[in-house]
Amino acid sequence: MSQLMNDRRNPPRAMSQLLQDRRKVPGLQRTSFLRRAHIDGFLLLGIMALLLFSSVVLYSSGGEDIGLLIRQAIRMAIAVTVMMALAQMHPDRLKDIAFWVYGIGVLTLIAVLLFGTIGKGAQRWLDLGFFRFQPSEIMKLAVPLVVAVYLAERPLPPSISRLLIALLMIAIPVVLIAKQPDLGTALLIGSSGLIVVFLSGVSWRLLLGFVVLCASAAPVLWYFMHDYQRRRVITLFNPESDPLGAGYHIIQSKIAIGSGGLQGRGWLQGTQSHLEFLPERSTDFIFAVIAEEFGLIGLIALITVYLLITARGLYIAAQAQVSYMKLLAGSIAITFLIYVFVNVGMVTGLLPVVGVPLPLISYGGTSMVTLLAGFGILMSIHTHRRMMSP
Amino acid sequence: MIDPRHRLKDHFRESRLVSNRLIFAGIFSLILFGIIIFRLVMLQIVDYEHFDSLSNRNRVDIEPLPPQRGLIYDRNGVLLAENIPTFSLEVIPEKVTNLDETIAELADLLSLTQEDIEAFNERRKRHRAFEEIVVRNQLTQKEVALFSVNRHRFPGVDVVGRLIRHYPQGPLFAHAVGYVGRINQQEMQVIDQQNYKGTLQIGKTGVEHQYEDLLHGTVGYRQVETNVQGRTVRELFSEPATAGQDLYLHLDINLQKAAAEALGEYNGSVVILDTRNGGVLALVSKPDYDPNAFVTGISTKEYAALRDNPEQPLFNRALRGHYPPGSTFKPFVALAGLELNVVTEQSRTFCPGFYRLPGNDHRYRCWKRVGHGHVDLKSAMAESCDVYFYDLAHALGIDRLHGFLDYFGFGRQTGIDVPGESKGLSPSREWKRAQRNQAWFPGETLISGIGQGFNQTTPVQLAHATATLGMMGTVYKPQLARATKSDSDEGMQLIGVQQAESLPIQKSSNWQAVIESMVEVVHGKRGTARHIGEKLPFKIAGKTGTAQVFGIAQDAKYDADTLAKKLHDHALFMAFAPADEPEIAIAVVVENGGSGSATAAPIARKLIDVYFGIETKAESDEPVDE
Repeated sequence: MSQLMNDRRNPPRAMSQLLQDRRKVPGLQRTSFLRRAHIDGFLLLGIMALLLFSSVVLYSSGGEDIGLLIRQAIRMAIAVTVMMALAQMHPDRLKDIAFWVYGIGVLTLIAVLLFGTIGKGAQRWLDLGFFRFQPSEIMKLAVPLVVAVYLAERPLPPSISRLLIALLMIAIPVVLIAKQPDLGTALLIGSSGLIVVFLSGVSWRLLLGFVVLCASAAPVLWYFMHDYQRRRVITLFNPESDPLGAGYHIIQSKIAIGSGGLQGRGWLQGTQSHLEFLPERSTDFIFAVIAEEFGLIGLIALITVYLLITARGLYIAAQAQVSYMKLLAGSIAITFLIYVFVNVGMVTGLLPVVGVPLPLISYGGTSMVTLLAGFGILMSIHTHRRMMSP
Repeated sequence: MIDPRHRLKDHFRESRLVSNRLIFAGIFSLILFGIIIFRLVMLQIVDYEHFDSLSNRNRVDIEPLPPQRGLIYDRNGVLLAENIPTFSLEVIPEKVTNLDETIAELADLLSLTQEDIEAFNERRKRHRAFEEIVVRNQLTQKEVALFSVNRHRFPGVDVVGRLIRHYPQGPLFAHAVGYVGRINQQEMQVIDQQNYKGTLQIGKTGVEHQYEDLLHGTVGYRQVETNVQGRTVRELFSEPATAGQDLYLHLDINLQKAAAEALGEYNGSVVILDTRNGGVLALVSKPDYDPNAFVTGISTKEYAALRDNPEQPLFNRALRGHYPPGSTFKPFVALAGLELNVVTEQSRTFCPGFYRLPGNDHRYRCWKRVGHGHVDLKSAMAESCDVYFYDLAHALGIDRLHGFLDYFGFGRQTGIDVPGESKGLSPSREWKRAQRNQAWFPGETLISGIGQGFNQTTPVQLAHATATLGMMGTVYKPQLARATKSDSDEGMQLIGVQQAESLPIQKSSNWQAVIESMVEVVHGKRGTARHIGEKLPFKIAGKTGTAQVFGIAQDAKYDADTLAKKLHDHALFMAFAPADEPEIAIAVVVENGGSGSATAAPIARKLIDVYFGIETKAESDEPVDE
């Protein structure tokens, strides 16, 4: 943050640094290996800490199953590879393909609605014969990217007409994903786009108006919700109303979290999770396992790591020289924290059960690849920040 | 102020604007962080006691409610398989502090034997700590009372009432109905484990295995609050199980009993089919065993005794026993000869007591050494003249013979609804080339014509082929299951009859000729089974058969007295009745029973008497030896 304040006070400093840097380029000896590999050490350290912790927790929640750990380790390796690969890509290339990625993403979302395969009652997967993928995952990055690129084309803050077009760009994929139906992902993608709009400097008055509009739209949204989604919202406020069905998840996970106390029961000692009271304990509800076994101390440590990663992301955004990079980096960083918040909120009974995994900890590969791809973009933005004209 | 559309990009202004918003975003992040921490402090510190007690003192447990297995009845509604209540002592190791000590105390209290404890330790290895494990099955009332008084001393141990399978008819239906037993590892892989929660047993053989899905039902659930000792405090919610469907079989206990009794001390098999729909009225394989021994887990010793018994009681002879069909094959060979225009009903062959292939000295003997003289179809069948059929088989050739016999299902599974059926063997040129890498010899065609040589038939195949013959080519798949009944059904739901096809044998005069010749076997003056043909309101069409177990040298004579019992001939008889409008088809195989005429045919007559309710017992003439 302090770096940010400095920038505000001495705007020309960035320029002088740039010149210094240019002088440094020919003699690469002084730049570290990580710099040359376009890796941000701070982010890498945080991510590795989370992935390591994830393995420790999965060993416990998965019933001490080594096979499960190995499968997850393979996914981790793939995701880290994707991150490193994206870090090599110059942000300008990303800018060039932004509209293409977005367009293809929207088309595949339509294809999913028309031909998608159904898993757990929702159409999310597109089966291309050789592999299956979830187009909504692409949109998690494509939406903030395309909105950032579009808004930054012209001076900020954006004009009303550009703002409306940007909102439309967000709304199309959100509606398509909500129809699958995957309301949780739709809202998260919508918020990642809206964060870009917020960062672009839209006036507070307009923002306030938007919030009021959304609040008044809530009853309409309720009308369009599926029965199971309504039930989740109802059981959120009164979980005891349905102890065997939707409320069962929340009741059990609250018991697991609460009984963890300050210090937790210890690794592999969680009774709620090991006696199979807790559902989805390796995926969406893994936070409850951590809470039961590592207690409040463990959770604060975990959330601090999340916060540090977010802070580093915001710092990278502040350091970026080009507006679109600032917007994109800021959105990636905030969205990451929102994912954490939504998952923890769900597990602790603050938010409805929407089926969002705990970032980088939950078992599964899809969301991890997307998240690390986002961090790859952040690293690329940071390590390339001084190699371009403003 | 300039019109925004014509504004130039001012990077410093823009940068400051976005950075400002980033600061807000940072503050927003801190707020989210704060909310989470606040919530966690509320749950883990403020409400810790509450949740800890929820977690520790009262656990919500979901117990499966296993469905009641469907009952099995015979066609008269007599119970063949039922469920009886039993009490067993069970323990959940996870809820016991010192398991060895607990078991030792239980051993004192209930006088458990060393064997019980060893069996328990065996089971313990196969179960996870939170699953209940049986310490002892079938507690007596006294033992239940004794434990109940001392229950407080044994947390995690309980007496559990269960229903276990019981076969009230004992060994009588062992090979047809089969038995249930403990679910093993392989079965675990195949079944829907959710639906078998709380169920310990699964159909292993026979009807119990074949109709497992139907008999099992659907599991229910009960959500209960349990205390720290794992005992149920109260029930919160329950969804009852759906019982399995009851199964009504075609089997008739009277016929089954009569067949088992009629076989007496002999090993062998009797299969009776309803010719009009393929229903299996009796399926007997002797010796048999008590299926109840398998239900609660048979001891290794008991099992070894059954397995190593030289009489092989576990072997299902009706479905898997391979027997040379012998002369019972002749009606089918005759039909092939007529249908393929090799012979006519009037064609005559001279039987000098042996048959010789052209250019070969080997004598293929007729069972009657002095010969039958001139025989036609009717007399050849009635007296079971081998020479007539040697000649006929030679004229047909093995290829045509094999192709024709295939119509009747020889060498194929009949498709009966009991698992484990054998295919038997109907030899052909290709089979011999593939299996033995040898050419087919003409002599082998001859002995195939009298059902010897390579031919291997199971009793159910023979009964099935007989029924097909009686119905003049309409094929019904043999079937034990007749109807089902579930709790929700008003009455029984009949299971459809499976009619496979009609055989492509068009001329009914050919069928008639063969059936008439078979009637001659039972009712003709010289018929080999004439002693069973008396005092009947209708005619029986049948054929005796005597299958060689032991090859006799060219000029030696078969002498029952000097041969070991294991080498005595198998006695066979196949029949359907009434001959003109058949209702039942019977196949009788008596291992080492001597002659089909003397041993097997009277058994069939007894069963026909039972089925048609004929009181007077036929006085037996001196049976004719084949």
